Amino acid sequence: MISFTEDRQRFLDGSLSVSQRVEQCLAAIANQAQLNAFLHVDADGVRAAAAASDERYRAGLARPLEGCILAVKDNMSVKGMPMTCASRILEGFMPLYTATAVERLIDAGAVVIGKTNMDEFAMGSSNETSAYGVVRNPHDPSRVPGGSSGGSAVAVAAGLCHASLGSDTGGSIRQPAAFCGVVGFKPTYGVVSRYGLTAFASSLDHVGPFAPTMADAQAVFDVMAGADAMDSTSVPTPEAQPMPPIDGLKVGVLEESYITGCDQDIQDAYAAAIEKLRQMGATIVPVQLQHEQAWVPTYFILATAEASSNLARFDGVRYGKRFESDVDIVTETRSRGFGTEVQRRIMLGTYVLSSGYHDAYYTRAQKARRLIADMYNNVFTQVDVILLPTTPTSAFEIGAKQSDPVAMWLSDYYTVSANIAGIPAVSVPVGTDTAGLPIGLQVQGPVFADAMVLAVAAQV
Amino acid sequence: MQTTYEAIIGLEVHAQLKTSSKAFCACSTTYGAMPNVNVCPVCLGHPGTLPVLNRNLVEWIVKMGLATNCHIRERSSFSRKNYFYSDLPKGYQISQFADPICYGGSVEIETEEGPKHIGITRIHMEEDSGKSIHDLDIDTLVDLNRAGVPLIEIVSEPDIRTAREAYLYLQHIRQILVYLDICDGNLEEGSLRCDANISIRPVGQTTFGTKTEVKNLNSFRNVEKAIQFEIARQIALVEGGAAVQQVTMLWDASRQETRVMRSKEQAHDYRYFAEPDLVHVVVDESWKQRLHSALPELGLAKRRRFVSQFGLPAYDAAVLTDDAEVAAWYEASCAHLNAQGPEAYKAVSNWIMTDVMRIMGQNKVSISNAGLSPEQLASLVDVVQDGTISSKSAKDVFAAMLGTTKTASELVQELGLRQESDEGLLRQLVEDVLRDNPDNLEKYRGGKSNLLGFFVGQVIKRSGGSANPALVTSIMKEALEQPTM
Repeated sequence: MISFTEDRQRFLDGSLSVSQRVEQCLAAIANQAQLNAFLHVDADGVRAAAAASDERYRAGLARPLEGCILAVKDNMSVKGMPMTCASRILEGFMPLYTATAVERLIDAGAVVIGKTNMDEFAMGSSNETSAYGVVRNPHDPSRVPGGSSGGSAVAVAAGLCHASLGSDTGGSIRQPAAFCGVVGFKPTYGVVSRYGLTAFASSLDHVGPFAPTMADAQAVFDVMAGADAMDSTSVPTPEAQPMPPIDGLKVGVLEESYITGCDQDIQDAYAAAIEKLRQMGATIVPVQLQHEQAWVPTYFILATAEASSNLARFDGVRYGKRFESDVDIVTETRSRGFGTEVQRRIMLGTYVLSSGYHDAYYTRAQKARRLIADMYNNVFTQVDVILLPTTPTSAFEIGAKQSDPVAMWLSDYYTVSANIAGIPAVSVPVGTDTAGLPIGLQVQGPVFADAMVLAVAAQV
Repeated sequence: MQTTYEAIIGLEVHAQLKTSSKAFCACSTTYGAMPNVNVCPVCLGHPGTLPVLNRNLVEWIVKMGLATNCHIRERSSFSRKNYFYSDLPKGYQISQFADPICYGGSVEIETEEGPKHIGITRIHMEEDSGKSIHDLDIDTLVDLNRAGVPLIEIVSEPDIRTAREAYLYLQHIRQILVYLDICDGNLEEGSLRCDANISIRPVGQTTFGTKTEVKNLNSFRNVEKAIQFEIARQIALVEGGAAVQQVTMLWDASRQETRVMRSKEQAHDYRYFAEPDLVHVVVDESWKQRLHSALPELGLAKRRRFVSQFGLPAYDAAVLTDDAEVAAWYEASCAHLNAQGPEAYKAVSNWIMTDVMRIMGQNKVSISNAGLSPEQLASLVDVVQDGTISSKSAKDVFAAMLGTTKTASELVQELGLRQESDEGLLRQLVEDVLRDNPDNLEKYRGGKSNLLGFFVGQVIKRSGGSANPALVTSIMKEALEQPTM
């Protein structure tokens, strides 16, 4: 892995140039093509941008992220690069504009190396639903990298870039971060603009960074954060609160019943992290996160309902790939352009919103959402942050859960509640299991406590 | 015994607002541009784009709500109405569903039987779709210039009982929209669209019958005709022992009939849910108050004021206030009159309702482009009122005035139309005529009093037509009454 905050010193003192680093990354992408992390590499573009960054370093005009080599999940618009969302239906689509988050990073000096593979329209937890082939875990190529932002996690884990952007609707940044051994951060809802992020479930979608270290993730996040006139749901960057010392910090931890389903190695890592924090002076407070049986169902009802509407625009009429038909272009395009998992979720979402079922599913899920948010508000009156596993298992074998969508969906158990409540959550790597696969733990905090969450996670 | 039926009618009126930009993006709303020019990634529904609410839309709908006596909801929200259509870029329309911004209002219409209140159930914001063009031999063509243009939907209570009332209600709603300067109010061009919900029931029954919805009422004449047709169709069905089916009907203007567009089973399930890309719309009390105090005087109030302030007949007041611009022009004309008074006010009204409106109709122009100014018309009324010219000559002055900036006095001078009102001069002419017609004078004094007209005519003739007839008549009478001369 290559850290931008470390490289920046080298760029500043001239011991390394951005162009050299870019060439190394391009070579690494080519050498590790079997990982299938990228859907598009913009070699010419990134070389030109790197040369310009080197010029700025020489001129003493380097911006905060000057020469930060960035990979962008292929569901975010970057003008000049194709965007497929890993779907056939957007084959050949060229966006007309650049996503706000990406634009801010470019304006701060980041250079975009390419677009990363993902689960189709971010629907999946293993990167197996991509129309352009599965992404492989660099720690064990027979295993999945997690999803849906698998390509972005792998790009950082395999040292193919400094940092990458992912999107997290139910855990799609944190889960692959855990599986690949990198930092993955999902900020408070609205703190990073969604403008330019292809919507899966608008009220649950978040843009966030992958990076080798907490400091790198923080650097990228700081630049992206802040209100955006193009996103009405965006909010100003929360004012930096003085970070309470770990000594005296109240850390909520899950009671045993919540983690008995986890792999033993993950339970052990969790216990070790708790012990570490305790020794640093933190007060460990067992907490109950209620309604846990409702997290995943609530998430899937809300996410699929919104997705069924958000994905209606892909009809082959105005852009993307059109599958011609004598009868109905829209039906033909959507039947052949969308993969199985996407069609499954669109149908489920259509069903939960349809008249006669709306109240039983969608309306109840909205009520459950409020209960879950209230639950978190209540817990955060007792503790400053919560420590919990990111995933119940480490990276699983490719194909292991493909035949059982519900088992796949349940792998989001520890991550979805933060999306439902819109709270900040970060996954931090804490070593490996006995098979040598990375383990990630998660720190969650109250809304707008993004800085505190990152600071605590840095100590785990 | 013959059953008599009454119709229960509610109207849904869609008004396209004339904001300069679209409801949720910065694209222009200019009508008549080349197809697919006024578009951007947002209104094309490109992936990743998000709507940003046009503040003018909120301000304008609140004005409409206040003008129709609605409650204004302090916090309202948007919903998505989901359906597939090639001219609907996102696959859903952003609309308001559960909590419309305006609700519970009413308007008063003036029917032939007197004033009547029609309730307003709700007024909500939404975005227009694009336009599909099917009637070409090639594929369907789609123009997305209109996609995202702001609409408000005004839903009435089922308080309307006749096609005539529906017509009057629609006229009234149109007038308010135009008075507020928020909509062109053009049914034919589609800036105003109307659907009607219609059911019938025997008079005396309190429950409602099954309703049908009639769409495509794209002119005021069609609104009245289509509703009449649909009421008659429903009565004939029921009289024939059949039941009215809950269907959506389309008015076919060329065949002058309604026909079934889709049945209840084919009705869309729009799967409404809260629009997650927009936050609540908040209209606080101070904003509402500011908009309320800035409301212009509306048509009905203006009409009533014209009757009381200018002494106009109700008919004149209605004609003059139908269009706010005409009403303002009328008031400006009256303000420029030298001689203020009901007689002059009525004269101004007469000129506008006949000659000025004739020009507006012929040239299809607004009153500001009719070819004369309120000052000019006032000057014309003044010279007739003070006897400078006859009302016959006034027509010539009016014609000469058009397209110029000349006042009536200037034109009277130029055209030599000044009426001779010099008493000494006229008295001389009277004496001349009497002297030259001793026979007729004899006959007059012998009792043939109808010879007065002859004498007056002779005087006017000798004056070359310029003598003031009223003044001549009074001098002549006086002269004739004198015993000797």
